[in-house]
Amino acid sequence: MKAFALDHATSAQGAIHALQHGGTVIAGGTNLVDLMKLQIAAPDRVISIRRTELGEMALDGEGLRIGALVTNADCAADMRVREHWPLLAKAILAGASPQLRNRATTGGNLCQRTRCGYFYDTTQACNKRDPGAGCAARSGFNRIHAVLGTSDSCIATYPGDMAVAMLALDAVVLTEGPSGPREIPIAAFHRMPGDDPSRDNVLEAGELITAVRLPAPTGGIQLYRKVRDRASYAFALVSVAVDVTMDQGRIARCALAFGSLGTVPWRDPAVEQVLIGEEPSAALFAKAANVLLKDAKGLGANDFKIPLAARALAATLNEATQAGKA
Amino acid sequence: MRMTLADMYNTPDERNLLDTMKQGIIGKPLDRPEGPLKVTGTATYSAEYKLDGCVEGVLVLADIPQGTVSTIHRDDVVAMPGVLAVLADEAMVRRSTQGTSGKAPAQDVQTVDYFAQPVALVVAETFEQAREAALALKIEYEGAGNPVPFDPESADAEVETPSDSKPVKGGDLEQAMRDAAFAIDVDYDTPGHASAAMEPHATIAEWQDDRLILRGSYQMLAFNVKEIADCLSISPKKVRIIAPYVGGGFGSKLGITHEAVAAAIAAKELGRPVRVVMTRQQVFQTVMRRSETRQRVRLAADAAGKLIGLGHEALVSNLPDEDFAEPVTQATEFLYGGENRLLKVEVARICRMTAGSVRAPGEAVGMQVLEAAMDELAEKAGLDPVELRKRNLPAKVPVEGTPYSSRMLVEALEQGAAQLGWDRRKPSPCQTREGDWWIGMGVASAARVNVMIPAEARVTLNADGTALVETDQTDIGTGTYAILGQIAGEMLGLPISKVRVVLGDTSLPAGAGSGGSFGAISTGSAVMRACEAIRKKLGKKLGCEGDALEITDGMASHGEKQCSLIDLLDGEDMAEIGSIKPGKTFKDFSQASYGAFFAEVGVHAFTGEVRVRRMTGAFGFGRVLNAKTARSQCLGGMVWGIGSALTEELAFDMRDGHLVNHDLAEYHVPVHADVPALDVILLEERDAAASPLQAKGVGELGICGAAGAIANAVYNACGVRVRSFPLTLDKIIPHLPDPFVSPA
Ligand SMILES: Cc1cc2nc3c(=O)[nH]c(=O)nc-3n(C[C@H](O)[C@H](O)[C@H](O)COP(=O)(O)OP(=O)(O)OC[C@H]3O[C@@H](n4cnc5c(N)ncnc54)[C@H](O)[C@@H]3O)c2cc1C
Ligand code: SF4
Repeated sequence: MKAFALDHATSAQGAIHALQHGGTVIAGGTNLVDLMKLQIAAPDRVISIRRTELGEMALDGEGLRIGALVTNADCAADMRVREHWPLLAKAILAGASPQLRNRATTGGNLCQRTRCGYFYDTTQACNKRDPGAGCAARSGFNRIHAVLGTSDSCIATYPGDMAVAMLALDAVVLTEGPSGPREIPIAAFHRMPGDDPSRDNVLEAGELITAVRLPAPTGGIQLYRKVRDRASYAFALVSVAVDVTMDQGRIARCALAFGSLGTVPWRDPAVEQVLIGEEPSAALFAKAANVLLKDAKGLGANDFKIPLAARALAATLNEATQAGKA
Repeated sequence: MRMTLADMYNTPDERNLLDTMKQGIIGKPLDRPEGPLKVTGTATYSAEYKLDGCVEGVLVLADIPQGTVSTIHRDDVVAMPGVLAVLADEAMVRRSTQGTSGKAPAQDVQTVDYFAQPVALVVAETFEQAREAALALKIEYEGAGNPVPFDPESADAEVETPSDSKPVKGGDLEQAMRDAAFAIDVDYDTPGHASAAMEPHATIAEWQDDRLILRGSYQMLAFNVKEIADCLSISPKKVRIIAPYVGGGFGSKLGITHEAVAAAIAAKELGRPVRVVMTRQQVFQTVMRRSETRQRVRLAADAAGKLIGLGHEALVSNLPDEDFAEPVTQATEFLYGGENRLLKVEVARICRMTAGSVRAPGEAVGMQVLEAAMDELAEKAGLDPVELRKRNLPAKVPVEGTPYSSRMLVEALEQGAAQLGWDRRKPSPCQTREGDWWIGMGVASAARVNVMIPAEARVTLNADGTALVETDQTDIGTGTYAILGQIAGEMLGLPISKVRVVLGDTSLPAGAGSGGSFGAISTGSAVMRACEAIRKKLGKKLGCEGDALEITDGMASHGEKQCSLIDLLDGEDMAEIGSIKPGKTFKDFSQASYGAFFAEVGVHAFTGEVRVRRMTGAFGFGRVLNAKTARSQCLGGMVWGIGSALTEELAFDMRDGHLVNHDLAEYHVPVHADVPALDVILLEERDAAASPLQAKGVGELGICGAAGAIANAVYNACGVRVRSFPLTLDKIIPHLPDPFVSPA
């Protein structure tokens, strides 16, 4: 680890001001510190936002505003979240461990980096870590890698859970930076790798996430299904976030998002269009899966994610639509 | 003390002394005396000693798989803040030392044998400085002239019959396969495993003149002293190792590893104590791995389901020139009948870190495959899998003809079956569905050889009526402190509060060390014998034979005569060294611990996820020395079984042989949510041939076959037979029945 200076900002404005002189934001530190130990991130200056006002949650006319510093544990335990956006609570609780969730924050979770083993291993070529170096994962051990949204330069997933639920819930990421405040729909927040996988999201240098806003509750049946190699404390192989409303035995409204399937949290309106207005059935779920996965490309060890995603979609929609009928 | 012939365990000690003692603490589920220290963080582990002037070393690993170091750009790094030295001494070791070798492993780190082999050590004032400098160190290499392949299945991999493993051949297996009413011929594979002990490998080395003191995390100190001495070309007498607490080893700390030798060299060079702690990733990358295996099992049974032939052939791997080859067929030799047999192990020479002992070498992966194949045979023969096993227990070891010292396999099968409710198992798959889950049950036998290692221990009966047990035996988290105290307390008639146990210091008599499930019976027997010698002296004072002496709570008696130990001792301490060595009983009898596993699993009908819902293990391993610590060993073994069945797998990149999942995030050991409430049944057994304690080993038994029971339960649940461990969902989903169709 390289020696670094640590500054504590006491307000969001202070943090933004400090960031104009360079430096990296630290929130819970559960990802950044690991990266610093391996010198994958080696900032000279680290600006902590833990003493700022960004840890607040507030309900207003537009929905629920979750401060960037709200911990995953607090967010998942919040009664408003559990009642009106249970999908978010379920997704958060499916992630990491209680210790990590106590520490991990809303902003940090959105910005967590991939778990691609080649990214974390500095003896291996990685375009995300070292642009232009090549991608060792492509023809390596790529069991956990993406089958959607990949490029020649990178096939890594965004590995998290929270953002997948937020995507299904149409959340908006609120930021402030040198060019003023921005409201970024979460669907536009994470970047596909294209030919520049080094940038995971659209944040500009010096731009700070201040909050995430959830729009008004949908009242739908909400489920988060995380499929993984062990029962807990593992990243998803594939996860599915569902928010569905049934009307007279038919799917009236539906939001579906997938984690660890694509390079970014994945939502495809065409899949939802297949479902809306239809009676749930095995055949319908298969049809939706076909639309979802029509461009999916496996690279060997991750081929199974394609049938697995179809199966997870069917299982989750089956459960949600049954519950919705009841 | 020199060992004499009398120390050899040549005839079974039928006196069964422990059962004649009166204190009544042997076998009791007593707490570990060091438990409170451990849970309050006050037990000092090797890296935690604070030594004046101690500086920090960080190992530098090769980023090529094979070749030779040509240039180390030391100067750039030596100029960095705090850096004291960059060492690539020829005495540093490039491989881990095999257990009980007592010799230096391959040295000279200029030659690179495998990816991430340690090639240098950077020492600095602080750990962070050392780590930064280690990352910055540039090393140039020349490529290997004649590269060794990474893949044991590669056509270029040389395959040898290992020097210490001779095939077992009897009769004509091919003919038996042709004659069989039911025959199974299947290939299974198991992946490499890591020990993944909680405490990483760590050493603090300190020189006092020409004497070396190591505070480190090792399992077998008497051997480790010789190994480090051989590495440094000094006399073993000049080395002292202190290791009172070891945070798990599971085989990976049997022999000296890289950090210990590097720390010793650096400490000498700098004239200051040096601490080297491996990072989690380095532990995964450089210490012993369990070899992956490919196993062919052939089972030939007659119309009654009795085996007439048995074949078990395995391909394992190791680096060139390593003697160790995972002894996959070790328990197959004696477990079931079938006089026509062929058992053999071959080793492919490949370029990956050293393969060696990982908890229950041999049986851990051999038994799970044999037991899965037995399940296939049971199905084919239309027999209940429990019944098939019972029908195939021979009276004597096939081919050799050796009798069994003891074997409670039938009892284990019956009690385990009753506990899990085996009678509710449906004989064919896909019969039970709960919501989205297929439910099934599976069984497997457990077997693990019983081993004794020469051991000594000193017991002192102090004039104040307390006792002290001393040996360099380690406690790697298994409960050694507890059981040695119980043995001495029982033999000397003292409550446990009056017995103190001091371990893990080579200035004390040499115990067996921890490994191979032999620590308790070997060092425990030495403690018992020291106590016997003390009893003899006490008896003399009271005017009787030692065995006839009754002692309870410090009060000795014989017939009418009664005298407190304090009075008998009359102000003088009484110290004796006891010792034991394996002798003829290990040749005359086939000795093993046995048991049975019963598992109930759920398989998700859509996603193929497997979750163990309930699991029972019933075990017979001679005398239970402490019901709590023995149970914990069995529980831990079964947890390993769950990992081996479902999640654990070393993943290598076949292009450069590097280990991809070199941390606990991606090498998936079971977590709490993977482990349901486990039942352990301890069977009462006495085995005089195994040890004077009448005890056999238990430390590894709980893993030996456990994964087989889970795999068999998976088949029973959903009808998918996966012959490749671990049973991850990607291997299951292609074969699952339509999830939307429920059983008839
Ligand atoms: C062992 C382990 C298991 C895990 N398992 C899971 C899992 O199953 N599912 C899951 O979803 N996650 C998992 N995680 C990831 C965990 O959720 C993230 O590490 C955590 O959410 C990051 O939050 P943090 O506050 O600690 O971020 P930090 O580590 O502080 O920061 C992470 C990144 O975000 C940036 N950042 C932080 N706050 C802001 C802000 N307000 N504005 C702009 N940038 C910011 C930082 O600069 C840094 O680049 C796991 C992590 C570990 C270590
Ligand atoms: S997949 Fe992406 S993160 Fe992984 S090695 Fe390739 S470029 Fe790097």
